[in-house]
Amino acid sequence: MKSEGGGMSTAAPRSQDGSRGAGASPAAAAGTHSEDRRWRQVEVRIRQLGARPDGLIEVLHTVQELFGYLDDDALAYVGDALGVPPSQVMGVATFYSHFMLKPQGAHTCVVCLGTACYINGANALLQRISDELGVGPGATTADGNLSVLRARCLGACAMAPAAVVDGEVYGKITPADLMRILEQP
Amino acid sequence: MTDHAGTDHAGTDHAGTGRTSTDRASKATVRRRRREPLLPAGPVRASANVCQGSGCLSMQSDLVFDTLRERVLAAGLPDVAVRRVGCPGLCAAGPLVDIPERGRLFEHVQVDDERSLAAVMSVLGGGGEGGKSTASDPFFAQQVKVVLEHCGRIDPERVEDYVAVGGFEALREAVTTMSPAEVVAEVVGSGLRGRGGAGYPTGLKWTTVAKAPSGEGKFVVCNADEGDPGAFMDRSVLESCPQQVLEGMAIAGYAVGASRGYAYVRAEYPLAVKRLTSAIRQAQRAGLLGSSIADSSFDFHVEVRIGAGAFVCGEETALIASIEGRRGTPRPRPPYPAASGLWGRPTLINNVETLASIPAIISRGRDWYSSIGTEQSRGTKVFALAGSVVNTGLIEVPMGLTLRQIVFDIGGGLPDGGRFKAVQTGGPSGGCIPEDLLDMPVDYESLSAAGSIMGSGGMIVMDQRNCMVDVAKFFMDFCRDESCGKCLPCRAGTVQMYGLLDRITRGVATRDDLARLERLADLVRNTSLCGLGQGAPNPVSATLRYFRGEYLAHIDDHVCPAGACRMEPALAGARPGSEAR
Repeated sequence: MKSEGGGMSTAAPRSQDGSRGAGASPAAAAGTHSEDRRWRQVEVRIRQLGARPDGLIEVLHTVQELFGYLDDDALAYVGDALGVPPSQVMGVATFYSHFMLKPQGAHTCVVCLGTACYINGANALLQRISDELGVGPGATTADGNLSVLRARCLGACAMAPAAVVDGEVYGKITPADLMRILEQP
Repeated sequence: MTDHAGTDHAGTDHAGTGRTSTDRASKATVRRRRREPLLPAGPVRASANVCQGSGCLSMQSDLVFDTLRERVLAAGLPDVAVRRVGCPGLCAAGPLVDIPERGRLFEHVQVDDERSLAAVMSVLGGGGEGGKSTASDPFFAQQVKVVLEHCGRIDPERVEDYVAVGGFEALREAVTTMSPAEVVAEVVGSGLRGRGGAGYPTGLKWTTVAKAPSGEGKFVVCNADEGDPGAFMDRSVLESCPQQVLEGMAIAGYAVGASRGYAYVRAEYPLAVKRLTSAIRQAQRAGLLGSSIADSSFDFHVEVRIGAGAFVCGEETALIASIEGRRGTPRPRPPYPAASGLWGRPTLINNVETLASIPAIISRGRDWYSSIGTEQSRGTKVFALAGSVVNTGLIEVPMGLTLRQIVFDIGGGLPDGGRFKAVQTGGPSGGCIPEDLLDMPVDYESLSAAGSIMGSGGMIVMDQRNCMVDVAKFFMDFCRDESCGKCLPCRAGTVQMYGLLDRITRGVATRDDLARLERLADLVRNTSLCGLGQGAPNPVSATLRYFRGEYLAHIDDHVCPAGACRMEPALAGARPGSEAR
């Protein structure tokens, strides 16, 4: 739906201990629940929300912020804790474009495709990324280094075209600028 | 809502924001302790208000704040304040430093630009006349600020700043001296209409919810799922003065008999979420929200809910489903949320800007508010100006100003000698208004008569390089992607219309395709379940109405007059209709 990956909040796939989302699998962690303190944070959030079904989206936000994405075990765990059937959990997780069901690259680049960005050349940004790095929106480079996403509108229209690299907003950006930023280690 | 929102998104706030020219490696050092504002104990002779909105922050206005703070300390200016404030509106020229006591606004202030810093310091010290005059500059002169009154003047993260400018007085007045019915009457009399786009009379909505039986309680919902591409009014208000929205929600709660509220904010606005969350906490601590507000018997608790990237959730029944933790699909109305909303209870849903208008209406009265604007459209409207316009940013004007005044006087016209072609209002449910309608007053009725809508307030100025068919295709792409899939006309109709528009922009469409497009537009408009589908054909119909020639040029001559569309080379110049379907 609106933005694959949720625009400015793509700072999210950074887990609490500073490591990037890529290596941190919620599935692996779910197996050893008590040992991964991130799950304790999820449990705290579930309690805050009264462990009711209406907390589903909020809890999924928390899991994704801590682990970078949502995998089957994480979805099963959250559904169980909130009393929501798996079909509904999967329904919600796939309905909202902010939720990621696959691990993301070590870095993310979100290109805004809002109206102002569109008429100011946002497509040229995506084209350049595709030409030089061989990766289109919604995909991750083969080496797992960079995920490219597009946002429906970041609300940064005054700075069009805008892109967000690892949670940092860059306004009035040219394809050359963007490539320079992406090519930095 | 949650603490995680605050901590996790800190990256967008303090650290990491940078402009394109800076070295990314150096940004690691930017993450640091937030420094307190400089607030003299005695009278303040001058203050440097440094904008900390998303736009200016991305140009390192947080460093500008730190630097000015250090310089003022070093210069030993005991009566000079240095504050963080929200957005003064002129986002194109950030980072902005406003010195309200001297009426000067400094643009593009950068820590590595000694001249800009020295100019600010000189005015702070009592000399110099640098910067822009906020009194006489046309960007500011024609604006009337009600919703944005405190934006750019207070620190959005200090509730005491809002209280110091009279904040929460309207709420106090309402709960201690007025009956709920009197509050509703005031809103009815103000003539305020919903600022989310549809323009439904706010007072009427309040009356309906107030009259609904309370049963197990009612709810107030603030719709901050600002999804229209090209619109950023709600983001700015929440980033710059979240307290005003909370005050409006609490007054609404008192008026309709609700003691709980939800603010539904889209996930793409982490800074707005962070500031709103912090504002709720601070207001509760100050006794201005929560239990026994202003020592009365009125309780009002607000929670934040974060969207997850679904445009359709701006529709009120979809929004309710999303707050309930479900897929955000709309349902047929009636029953309207006013009768059966969140968990089946009476629910008042208002947009951010609508709620932010309430405190002023209560404190200054309905007659004052209804004296602004036009007969049918009272008050002011906030617009986000963007696209091919010099002064991109946020403005607030009385209803009834002409488009020409907005685009050319306030907006400063088009940059680089560009020639005006159209202004797009109303986002994916709106339309493009051409040059010969520039003298049309901007109000709900005129805009819809012109085939567009007021919408939430995004205004995108387009020049001769923008192809209107391509713009229509852009919005149709948006709608087909955002369609929730519940009803057929929207789910399938937007895909078919997109396909036809795509053929036109590739130069392979026939006149039959155009006729089919128009029939489909009619069908989708009249048979879709919610506003998303019903409004989806509008960009097509509006561009066809004013720019039909451009469509025909693509179809008959295989030429894009604006030079924006790439015609398929093999077919360019081929006989119309000769290609296989």
